[in-house]
Amino acid sequence: MEKIRVENLYKIFGPQPAKVIPMLEQGLSKGDIMEKTKHGVGVNNASFSVEEGEIVVVMGLSGSGKSTLVRCINRLIEPTQGRVFIDGIDLTSLDKNELRKVRLEKLGMVFQNFALFPHRTVLQNAEFGLEIKGMDPEERSKKAYDALELVGLKGWEDSFPSQLSGGMQQRVGLARALALDPDILLMDEAFSALDPLIRRDMQDELISLQERMQKTILFISHDLDEALKLGDRIVLMKDGEIVQIGTPEDILTNPADDYVSRFVEDVDITKVLTAESVMKKTEAVGHIKTDGPRAALRKMRKNSISSLFVLNEERKLMGVVNAQDCAKLVAEGSSDLRSVICTTCKTTHLDTPAQDLFIIMQDLGYPLAVVDDDNRLKGVIIRGSLIAAIAERGGN
Amino acid sequence: MDIPRIPVGKTIEAGIDFLVEHCSFATRAFSDVLDTGLDIVQTGMLALPPWLFIIIVSLLTWRLARSKRIALFSIAGLLLIWNMGLWKATVSTISLVIVSTLMALMIGVPTGILAAMSKYVNKTVMPVLDVMQTMPAFVYLIPAIPFFGLGKVAAIFSTVIFAMPPAIRFTCLGIQQVPKELIECSEAFGSTRWQRLVKLELPLATPTIMAGVNQTVMLSLSMVVIAAMIGAKGLGGEVWKAIQRLQMGKGFEAGIGIVIVAIIMDRVLQKVGSRKQ
Ligand SMILES: Nc1ncnc2c1ncn2[C@@H]1O[C@H](COP(=O)(O)OP(=O)(O)OP(=O)(O)O)[C@@H](O)[C@H]1O
Ligand SMILES: [Mg+2]
Repeated sequence: MEKIRVENLYKIFGPQPAKVIPMLEQGLSKGDIMEKTKHGVGVNNASFSVEEGEIVVVMGLSGSGKSTLVRCINRLIEPTQGRVFIDGIDLTSLDKNELRKVRLEKLGMVFQNFALFPHRTVLQNAEFGLEIKGMDPEERSKKAYDALELVGLKGWEDSFPSQLSGGMQQRVGLARALALDPDILLMDEAFSALDPLIRRDMQDELISLQERMQKTILFISHDLDEALKLGDRIVLMKDGEIVQIGTPEDILTNPADDYVSRFVEDVDITKVLTAESVMKKTEAVGHIKTDGPRAALRKMRKNSISSLFVLNEERKLMGVVNAQDCAKLVAEGSSDLRSVICTTCKTTHLDTPAQDLFIIMQDLGYPLAVVDDDNRLKGVIIRGSLIAAIAERGGN
Repeated sequence: MDIPRIPVGKTIEAGIDFLVEHCSFATRAFSDVLDTGLDIVQTGMLALPPWLFIIIVSLLTWRLARSKRIALFSIAGLLLIWNMGLWKATVSTISLVIVSTLMALMIGVPTGILAAMSKYVNKTVMPVLDVMQTMPAFVYLIPAIPFFGLGKVAAIFSTVIFAMPPAIRFTCLGIQQVPKELIECSEAFGSTRWQRLVKLELPLATPTIMAGVNQTVMLSLSMVVIAAMIGAKGLGGEVWKAIQRLQMGKGFEAGIGIVIVAIIMDRVLQKVGSRKQ
């Protein structure tokens, strides 16, 4: 089910925003418009949607309009034109009070600048949303305690925000949104002030929270690694425009234009990561001299895999066999694997950049073998774990 | 060449006369009520023996300001006043200041809140405040008499008008100074306008509002003294008497009494205000 839908959204800053939209439609750039009319383009014709239970990460360089876009979604900023739907309700058509109710019931937000209340303790900050909802004090402080514990701030309940470090303040902001337990979380660079370790913990926590509770999350980030790790889909913005929407793999393998590929390149650790750094050790291999089809099948079964790399006497890679062919050989009573080895299987060198692996691995029915100069098998790469490995290591 | 004189004064006079004619029955009645109330406050305060009053005040300043120095100063200062034979006048002045300050705040703070919340109220109130603050204080005394008659109530009326502007201005300023991102945040969580005011804006504006309260108290005190001219009595009355009889010593004694009261009130309020942060 669609939770959030944004349709042709524009936000222009300046005294006469409506006048600028036709210019944008004619294709004038943000810079031109600033020069000619002194109007700032925040969001330019953005359309996308977020499904229930999905994490969508909005990415882009500083000033590309990410914060403006989320603020338009809960109408903290009035869109100049376009529509925003939450659960099918057109927010742009609501009056103040109806809008307030939607915010109260469905939306939680974490702010880039934390926006903590200086006159309230950490606990009172975390309670804020519940207090607004009118929950009774005991229940709400219990929920706030839990949320603070979740973000690792147990014991700080009675401190004031000014006594906390930046990263801790950001976690208070996080707890304030989590305590509310809203369907939809809008998170504007919610982890940007955290150190790498806590950041990774928080990312994991968010993912598990989302899996458990089926939250719908719109996450803003300018960090590709974070986006790869968290995002079911990534929305890339440039100068207020959405330049690409796609899964992490899409973005890495088929950048829509130069901006995206530069973006991917700039922040991308797939450049520095090589096949060697993302491959896994081979759990099992077949040896042409000793293993027949029966042995090969047994090894596959034991490791729950459906294909097996086969090495020759010098321990060099010969090719790959799959379970089906081995079974056939067994049925025929043959004991030599040679006839079913696929010797043209794709291999890659230890030094191949991880970025290129996506292309090599496209439509590959078995893991990718990583070999050294002498064609000795060093490891394998499984498609599913590639992204995870990249996201994981990018965090540091 | 004769340029006809524009009848500014005449017009205002006519306006006030009109108001007096049609409203004075109400204002006079109000005056009686307030007079009685004031008498009760004053008699109550005078019913305490001065030494007990002094102890109570110094304990209070000590608790509120959390400062021994201010508490000791209150004891010494009030003892001096008692010794100079100005006790009754001082109590009268203090009760006038308390009543007018409370009234000024009761009108001023809500007005300030409205001015912060509504552009229209703001645009109407601010010019009026400019006039109220630049108009010489004495001028307020004149219309006070026909409405409330000579005496304390007229004094309170002009004092309230004179002392109210800072309460309005500081309240408005304090609320307007609340950072935009915090307001955004309270909006994002679905606060009503009232919740935003009570949970966010007023707490954050409190130090500023307290600075306004302090000014209002100080202005009340100075106006209460001036209002001696229309029969407010108190310390101002002592000064006024001394002027008329050219008694320099008496005049200074009463003046010192006023300074002592002012210092005590100012320090206590300042401490209370800054502590809120
Ligand atoms: N209140 C405003 N008035 C005028 N222009 C604004 C306003 N808010 C944002 N802008 C402009 O809109 C554009 C997008 O800003 P936005 O804050 O959305 O960027 P961002 O992608 O969130 O950047 P960052 O990563 O630095 O947070 C910028 O060019 C900015 O100058
Ligand atoms: Mg931003």
